[in-house]
Amino acid sequence: MGSRVEILNDGGFRSDGRRQYELRDITIDLSPQGVADGSAILTHGLTQVLVSVFGPREAKMRSQTMHDRANINVEVAMAAFSTGERRKRSRGDKRILEMAATIKSTFEPVVQTSLYPRSQIDIFVQVLQQDGGLLQACINATTLALANAGIPLLDFVCAVTGGVHSTSPMLDLTLLEENDIPHVTVAVMPKTDKVTLVTMETRLHVERFEEIFRLAGQAGKVIHGEIKRAIRERTERLVTSMGSSTRVHGGEDDAMNEY
Amino acid sequence: MDIDDGDFEAGGSRITWPGETITSSQAYMRGHGTYVENEEVIASVAGTIERVNKLITVRAIRTKYNPEVGDLVVARITEVQPRRWKVDANSRQDAVLMLSSVNLPGGVQRRKLESDELQMRNFFEEGDLLVAEVQAFFSDGAMSLHTRSLKYGKLRNGQLVTIPPILVRRLKSHFITLPCGVDLILGLNGYIWVSKHVKEHEQVGEEGFDAEAVYSNRNDLIDESTRIAISRVSNIIQVLASHFVPLTDTLLLEAYEWTVENDTDAKGLLSEDVGTALVATITARG
Repeated sequence: MGSRVEILNDGGFRSDGRRQYELRDITIDLSPQGVADGSAILTHGLTQVLVSVFGPREAKMRSQTMHDRANINVEVAMAAFSTGERRKRSRGDKRILEMAATIKSTFEPVVQTSLYPRSQIDIFVQVLQQDGGLLQACINATTLALANAGIPLLDFVCAVTGGVHSTSPMLDLTLLEENDIPHVTVAVMPKTDKVTLVTMETRLHVERFEEIFRLAGQAGKVIHGEIKRAIRERTERLVTSMGSSTRVHGGEDDAMNEY
Repeated sequence: MDIDDGDFEAGGSRITWPGETITSSQAYMRGHGTYVENEEVIASVAGTIERVNKLITVRAIRTKYNPEVGDLVVARITEVQPRRWKVDANSRQDAVLMLSSVNLPGGVQRRKLESDELQMRNFFEEGDLLVAEVQAFFSDGAMSLHTRSLKYGKLRNGQLVTIPPILVRRLKSHFITLPCGVDLILGLNGYIWVSKHVKEHEQVGEEGFDAEAVYSNRNDLIDESTRIAISRVSNIIQVLASHFVPLTDTLLLEAYEWTVENDTDAKGLLSEDVGTALVATITARG
């Protein structure tokens, strides 16, 4: 084969040493970033995304105000240094606008917007590094940031990219694999097994679709476990640090009742 | 995962997260932070489960300020509109301050006239900070504020610190005077005003009080030691908030004494190890 990289070699390994169904390393950082109400930094292997959520807050644009629910506003920005060849994408770039619209439509049925009439929820996605699975990383990070901001969600949304190399399906593709083989991104709500997003930019054989779709749904549950653990750990930490000082000042509760 | 009554009694700090089933909807009622699907009460935010009789609520650990009537808030004017100001109070939408719910300078009691309407910007301008009380709610959930007390009104001589609203507890009084010559206003919306101490006899309504100064935009002269005390207190609040410690007056006082004992200046407080040491000391005391 010479210098050409094999997508899947005879031993069943991919170019980065993973098995067919193996996901890349996931790291989650939920510490506050700046003045955002909720934020998250998520990495899938070498893909890294930072999401900041502001709101619900007063809608800045009168025309976008809806009297019965909150408006979700998504803005995606890609760092010029995030890709192999350094390239600045403007905010009006078609691909970026499309991705923002995809994220928005993925979360609209999940966020309980009807609780916040006339408000606006701003989601700012900043792509720091790209190595395939960009949309999946954006969606997972947005879920985390929304939960971190205390915005009511019906469930976590977990997204995974799946692809197929000749007849063997693979999960969580890198950029190298994405360039070579047909792929599909699936976002699921693991509690009800509902699917909120299926998107393809390449052509995929119809007989292969079902298998990949099912696999991606299962992989979503694995991601769900990671997201759940991160949120639980952070909530526990905050509750303990709040509790540690209330225990010392036990008299506070009495004062509260009198008030 | 079904819950017996016993589970809620044990301290009530069970943690949940979006999409997690809490209990059956036949035995319990759903409250804030939950929704019902397939006869199950499911959490929609990450936080602690609270139960009052049959009502299950989830209190989100980090969220926007949820106003209640009677709450004291610190807020900032964002817009001047006919007969009303729009005010940012860290809530899900801007609050409203009606012209009819402010005091006139000099404390005259009368109906607001057209002439008052024309000089609204002399009372409050865009960007002005004020302390007010939540008076009522509009049908869309927006809150209406009032400043019809001599304690409320425009803020000056100090600086604003923003912290998560959950860290401000309801206290008997939200106006706190620290012995270091600093006044604090703990807004329940997480906005905290740290300012120079106003002497007892110069306070509103007393003899030395200048009624015309209520809507003044000019700061008094603040000496250097007070400035240092103000920035020290502001930084203490920021450090406590970054460690997610709820604010109380006793805690603030202890923290201030600690910084004086350890000879920490305002700037040094913000370094991570000093902040951790401070929080460790004051939460261990009691």
